[in-house]
Amino acid sequence: MSEPANYRLTPDAAGFFGVYGGVHVPECLVGPLREVADAYNRISRCADFIAELRYIRKHFQGRPTPVSYCRRLSDRLDGARIYLKREDLNHSGAHKLNHCMGEVLLAKYMGKKRVIAETGAGQHGVALATAAAYFGLECEIHMGEVDIAKQAPNVARMKLLGAKVVPVSFGLRTLKEAVDSAFTEYLKDPVSTLYCIGSVVGPHPFPLLVRDFQEVVGIEAREQFLEMTGNLPEAVTACVGGGSNAMGIFRGFINDPTALYGVEPLGKGPKTGDHAASMTYGTPGIIHGFKCYLLQDDKGEPLPVYSCASGLDYPGVGPEHCLLADQGRASYQVVNDDEAVAAFELLSRLEGIIPALESSHAVAQAMHAARRYAPEDVIIVNLSGRGDKDMDNIRQYKEGRGQ
Amino acid sequence: MNRLAELFSSCARSRRAALIMYATAGYPDMARSEAAIEGAIASGADMIELGVPFSDPMADGPVICAAAKAAIEQGATLPGILAMAGRIRQRHPKTGLILFSYMNMIFHYGVDRLCEDFARLGGDGILAVDLPLEEREELLPSCRARGLHLIPLVSPATSLERARRIVRDTTGFVYYVSLRGTTGVRAAVAAELEERVRQVRQASPAPVVVGFGISSGVQAHRVAQYADGVVAGSAYVRCFADGRGFPEQLASANDLVGELAENLHVDP
Repeated sequence: MSEPANYRLTPDAAGFFGVYGGVHVPECLVGPLREVADAYNRISRCADFIAELRYIRKHFQGRPTPVSYCRRLSDRLDGARIYLKREDLNHSGAHKLNHCMGEVLLAKYMGKKRVIAETGAGQHGVALATAAAYFGLECEIHMGEVDIAKQAPNVARMKLLGAKVVPVSFGLRTLKEAVDSAFTEYLKDPVSTLYCIGSVVGPHPFPLLVRDFQEVVGIEAREQFLEMTGNLPEAVTACVGGGSNAMGIFRGFINDPTALYGVEPLGKGPKTGDHAASMTYGTPGIIHGFKCYLLQDDKGEPLPVYSCASGLDYPGVGPEHCLLADQGRASYQVVNDDEAVAAFELLSRLEGIIPALESSHAVAQAMHAARRYAPEDVIIVNLSGRGDKDMDNIRQYKEGRGQ
Repeated sequence: MNRLAELFSSCARSRRAALIMYATAGYPDMARSEAAIEGAIASGADMIELGVPFSDPMADGPVICAAAKAAIEQGATLPGILAMAGRIRQRHPKTGLILFSYMNMIFHYGVDRLCEDFARLGGDGILAVDLPLEEREELLPSCRARGLHLIPLVSPATSLERARRIVRDTTGFVYYVSLRGTTGVRAAVAAELEERVRQVRQASPAPVVVGFGISSGVQAHRVAQYADGVVAGSAYVRCFADGRGFPEQLASANDLVGELAENLHVDP
């Protein structure tokens, strides 16, 4: 590239990141989405909103989360040293609360009485229920019956936090139907309800709004690292499902000479249905109202996806990631289940930090990439969440492999 | 005069609204789907919307979602549906044929290639359900180049000002519809609907058809008083969704089409 891209210019007013993103929705959704976009542009610039969000970040979420040096892990590796941005220490144990607090605060400023969302494994539902409880707004989470049966602890958490969990009993009774069900309910009353999406996906303005609320991760990490070392890291790495935590940390370093790595789940392998690596194996397509790299079959139907980390199994990916990949600003790599689980165990044992299986993908990639760097170089991993939630998962995974 | 204009003016001459049936193409399977459409045309449908099944139908209610899923499992594909459209055209030179699809299917097939193929096979227009006004340029030039109508959608949530912009350059017809949330069979047609449709009709250079969970002759008759056409979808698709044998399902589907067709006259 002859001239550095101006990353402040995306998305454009129509919600496009290059050719990705946009508003590919039925006509009845256009009005409500426009209202959200206009309200967000207005409210997110106002001093009261910014001050209240800052207060919440500090006094409720416990931000800034630290940046930690992994001494024992780095000693093991040949090459770069590893630092972690500790989103596992964000309130409720993952980065998700960063955008949920922003979304529900926006709902409050818009005068909404209720927030609504779908959830797959329940992480987004729990984060949104947490935010809704803080603000005293009603919260309704749509969840497939199959997922409800698999994720009893998260269902209990949502209910404890005061959310209404609506079981979705049609179709495959999983995330996809939950999206349809939540959208249907939202459209019944868009005046008093705000739909709160769970990642940097969906129609405009959601990819913009969630990215902006996650940007705090990257801004903090950059400042903290500069203060600790006086330098910038050589690379930043983060896992990518929809891509919210990755977008959050990437934005902090987007105009720096720091390499950006997104890590996609290769699951059991490159065979169709065994992974969820949309950037790596997908082709441009349209899903859930936006254009992105999409895992789809030869007819244009979205493909089934899999990862041991349920937070990463999505056939699409955030539109801004697609643009960053095309521009060569970020590169996207894959890590399979085995590598992620190995990283999960190694980080636990060497650093006393149990990472989420999602985040373990980024740890694994950093361990691998470290070899290409000099010992004075640094890779910062966005440790997007803690792994307590994955203990059952890991046990099942090991049983499945006869270990 | 093009086929759709001829169709609407012929209906207007006989003082009735046009009957448009939405069918999930390839449901219950490709062969029976084609037989069902034949039955619908024989029973009085003026136009067929061939719904291309998509596994992520954001805009549809449970009935059509389930039909789409079943159709995909039975091997429905866009090339197969286009070939079926070609055969229907050969048998029925006057019936309107609209391809009703989500953008990803069109995008994946190739926008230009789809318009070229559908026009060559005798299609009249394309309705892309997740292509609002702002994104229309993705499809409109290719449609125009092949002489296909791009059918715009207006929903009850659309402001009148926006509706005016949507319908401004319309050819073919405007589809006034409430997709999502309110798709499916409704007990009664909303009272305020009439006023909104009249306003859109006033602004539109093309006829305006209404799809609003219409499932009975009584409802169809009310809508026929103020719309140029009546669309029935969920109620029709549902005829094929129970455990009866196909001949029984087809008979009740044809009965429904017949009942709707008999009730489209405009009262003097």
